[in-house]
Amino acid sequence: MPSPSSSATRNPFTEAETPAVGVALEHLVKDFGSHKVLKDVSFAVSPGEIFVLMGPSGSGKSVLLKQIVGLEAPTSGRVLVDGRDAIDPATREQVRMALVFQSGALFNSLSVYDNLALYPREHRVASEAAIREKVMRALQIISLEDTADKFPSELSGGMKKRVAIARALVMEPQLMLYDEPTSELDPVTSASISEIIATLREEYHVTTIVVSHDRDLALNIADCIGLLIGGELIFNGTPAELRASKDPVITDFLNPKIDLKNPRFKKLAT
Amino acid sequence: MKQITAILVGFGSTIQLLVRALSYTATLPRQWARFIEQCYLIGYTTLPIVAILSFFIGSVLALQAGYSMADFGAKEFIGTLVGLSMARELGPVMVAILVAGRVGSAIAAELASMKVYQEIDVLETMNIPPARMLVLPRLAAILVMMPVLAIIADLVGWYGGAIVAKYTHAIAIDPETYFAALRHFMKFKDVVNGLMKAEVFGFGVVLVSCNIGLNTSGGPREVGASVTKAVVVSLILILVADYFITDVLQQIFP
Ligand SMILES: Nc1ncnc2c1ncn2[C@@H]1O[C@H](COP(=O)(O)OP(=O)(O)OP(=O)(O)O)[C@@H](O)[C@H]1O
Ligand SMILES: [Mg+2]
Repeated sequence: MPSPSSSATRNPFTEAETPAVGVALEHLVKDFGSHKVLKDVSFAVSPGEIFVLMGPSGSGKSVLLKQIVGLEAPTSGRVLVDGRDAIDPATREQVRMALVFQSGALFNSLSVYDNLALYPREHRVASEAAIREKVMRALQIISLEDTADKFPSELSGGMKKRVAIARALVMEPQLMLYDEPTSELDPVTSASISEIIATLREEYHVTTIVVSHDRDLALNIADCIGLLIGGELIFNGTPAELRASKDPVITDFLNPKIDLKNPRFKKLAT
Repeated sequence: MKQITAILVGFGSTIQLLVRALSYTATLPRQWARFIEQCYLIGYTTLPIVAILSFFIGSVLALQAGYSMADFGAKEFIGTLVGLSMARELGPVMVAILVAGRVGSAIAAELASMKVYQEIDVLETMNIPPARMLVLPRLAAILVMMPVLAIIADLVGWYGGAIVAKYTHAIAIDPETYFAALRHFMKFKDVVNGLMKAEVFGFGVVLVSCNIGLNTSGGPREVGASVTKAVVVSLILILVADYFITDVLQQIFP
């Protein structure tokens, strides 16, 4: 394990100092035809910070992550990763980014082991023996060592998600993005994923953006929380500020009451 | 108008994909395992059906030619007709059509489902270009396997014709006469022309299928649509290219 450092992480493969990167979104707008998904979203994540993005289903969180890694071009506005435009293909060559997709998106034709080993093999960053060590360590962290030779079709939904997280860990990214990492997991595994995310920041100083509905995760590990509702960032602040907020939209999102006498879907119908 | 734009866009993106894949040619030696796997898949899936179909195409050519040529006493030349037709035209075109149906469709299905299930997106974020990892080894493999398949088709077709020529009562040409006629009028360039055609067809089919697969968008249902599209476009490509390549080759090697 490389020694913790406050401003840089030591890449165990190359022994090179890899500085953490900052992310900035500037007036980001994304439309799909006439459907406006993101309406002028701006925020910044400092190097080595954990930013948790919360928001109701369909509010545009997954779309936002795709803009950050440069998979989709924004309609207007821009995303800067380490000061470079995210949509420029050269950015991916300069900055190691890993996105854990909501669905996991494992390579179905490869075994779990080969899924994890693909990145280091393709980029030729280590010998096969060193890769094996890295892969097995990543699988151990998510306690799935015994699935190395299985194929994604033989795993449960939650296991796939954990393997996807392990695959991102092997990449040793400077910027780590998770799309709902705990949504399919039991409470104990969820807590363990939260611990992994926080530990990575402590030990490797990885800049992290987590999309999650998990209040425990958000309030415990976030440095900053953003609330995206209807394509607009209606809140951006520390967990303490979020808890203290008196805004009824925010309090209702964080502590929705299940009201059997007066259900929401009936309110909508009238 | 919309269709014309769609065709032009498709053509443009195919050429772009080719350029991108070729720009990674230097990585081919370290992708050796993928290249061999693709050679095996292409050969393994098409060889049996190529053998069966070319046998019957050779036979039917001999049968048709035999009956009509017997009428004006030219049945000694059946070997020439079967030999030239297989080598110059039917061998390459038939192999290309089978490759479109078995290999092109499989490639389109595999890449389209990788796209739909976001595996391609993962490759992009890992900075592993799909053109390098998925397209290049397939293009290299088809270039190696296509001549092999075409030669096998030629040989099996010729022997199919020989068997029919010998055992059909109305024809009854023995193999010595058949192969003497085949050899006498067949030039080396006839076979080479055919192999060149096969090479172009196979390469086109794989490139087009890769491009259509990678450009799939939407849900799992689009995978099926992409497969159909890949096969249809490949077939059109083969038959249109056949005309023009034949014309060009005729002028280069008169
Ligand atoms: N490729 C696309 N084409 C058209 N519309 C899209 C596309 N991708 C997303 N959308 C729309 O954008 C909106 C936001 O989608 P997104 O996947 O970002 O939601 P989300 O906030 O991640 O929700 P969830 O919490 O359920 O995952 C949705 O209304 C969706 O219909
Ligand atoms: Mg989502």
